[in-house]
Amino acid sequence: MRKTPLHNAHLAAGARMVDFNGWEMPINYGSQIDEHHQVRSSAGMFDVSHMTVVDIRGPQTRAFLSRLLANDVAKLHVQGKALYSCMLNEDGGVIDDLIAYYMDDQWFRLVVNSTTRDKGLAWLERQGAEFSVAVTEHHELAIIAVQGPQAREKVHALMPGAVVSELDEMKPFNALFHGQTYIARTGYTGEDGYEIMLPAEEAEGLWNRLLEQGVTPCGLGARDTLRLEAGMHLYGQDMDESYTPLVSALAWTVGMKDEREFIGRAALEQQKVQGLPGKMLGLVLDGRGVLRPGQKVITPAGEGITTSGTFSPTMQRAIAYARVPWEAGETCEVEIRGKLLPARLVRPPFVRNGKVCEGIL
Amino acid sequence: MMSEIPSNLRYRESHEWVRVEDNGTAVVGISDHAQAALGDMVYVELPEPGMSYEQGEACTVVESVKAASDAYAPVSGEVIEANGLLEDSPELVNTDPYGEGWLFKIALSNPSEVDDLLDADAYAALQED
Repeated sequence: MRKTPLHNAHLAAGARMVDFNGWEMPINYGSQIDEHHQVRSSAGMFDVSHMTVVDIRGPQTRAFLSRLLANDVAKLHVQGKALYSCMLNEDGGVIDDLIAYYMDDQWFRLVVNSTTRDKGLAWLERQGAEFSVAVTEHHELAIIAVQGPQAREKVHALMPGAVVSELDEMKPFNALFHGQTYIARTGYTGEDGYEIMLPAEEAEGLWNRLLEQGVTPCGLGARDTLRLEAGMHLYGQDMDESYTPLVSALAWTVGMKDEREFIGRAALEQQKVQGLPGKMLGLVLDGRGVLRPGQKVITPAGEGITTSGTFSPTMQRAIAYARVPWEAGETCEVEIRGKLLPARLVRPPFVRNGKVCEGIL
Repeated sequence: MMSEIPSNLRYRESHEWVRVEDNGTAVVGISDHAQAALGDMVYVELPEPGMSYEQGEACTVVESVKAASDAYAPVSGEVIEANGLLEDSPELVNTDPYGEGWLFKIALSNPSEVDDLLDADAYAALQED
């Protein structure tokens, strides 16, 4: 199994390690729920070094990404600005979702999923050939996500004054370099914070200094409940190649306003003309129980299915995402172990910045 | 990580524990090892009193944040009480698996089944494998 540069730090912190798609990763350090609450109330940190960092370079980089990505990189003209996008196949199915960072006009950085690394990179190479771009994967980088209402001040406490002034001014979804370290104000929890890419050999030092600042180590378990509450999708569960972004509550990430010819556009146009067969919504279980992926959802407009589900530590209720018929309203039932339990379809996010969103409960 | 395995209990390989009481009933729960492996408990679906189960039959669902898992009747009999505390505080299974985190009480229909269960040493050996 592959280990991240923070492997020893995890063991020292008492992590329970699991096999995550070939990577030995911490699932929790004792209590996943405590870790979840720490991120909502103060600050937690995650080792996400298993994610794939890829740099795209060359004079035609912008033209390439404009064709490759469903979201429009034309929105990126300030250095360090980040953009969330899906990468589609010709049928409009999602090959991967990623964040693209604009470094300069001949250099963009992509952070893609580790679970889809091989097919994602193969697709980048194949599509990039005609644009003569150089695709370079960064194995030598570690990534630490520091998230929570106190995350930024905890990170700032470790940075030189000049960088802190810059970070203070930096808006969400922007990033900057501090030496070799790339600090992005992004995340996967619904809280403020940073994702910090840095040389592998410096990762443990930063991790330990964050520990001294009182930042709680958090595992993949808490990462999943946090992202679910925050209305963020997980590749392989809430999106994949058999569904387009239009039926996966990701239409907001598709830039179709102008005539840009990105891969998959024709399929999306066609789906719009034919009428969307379904949509993705959030689900809140009325009573006790836990929602899981793959449970049947019964609505007056027809059946649907949950794609991700969990028990929300913030709401103390079971929540999920579900694919349901286009006409489905608020009322539904979920089948759990043969019983039909009342639930409500809602529009995610469920939780943002420590608070349950309006209309969710 | 070493888990706690009280010597006065008997265990099933599927990680339930049994404490036989003087009146022919037994208290059933899941072991410290099992609760730690499952993670934070968020819901326990308990058997209804009056229901009868054969040894080895699934009768309880313990749901952690991570996953739903079956717990099995370690002995045959009729359920006489389910632990109502778990309805509001499923985390008792994590914090006190051999105490307040018990699952249900069962009237033994075949007390000799208890002899087939593992003692603490045998259960500890099982975990080392």
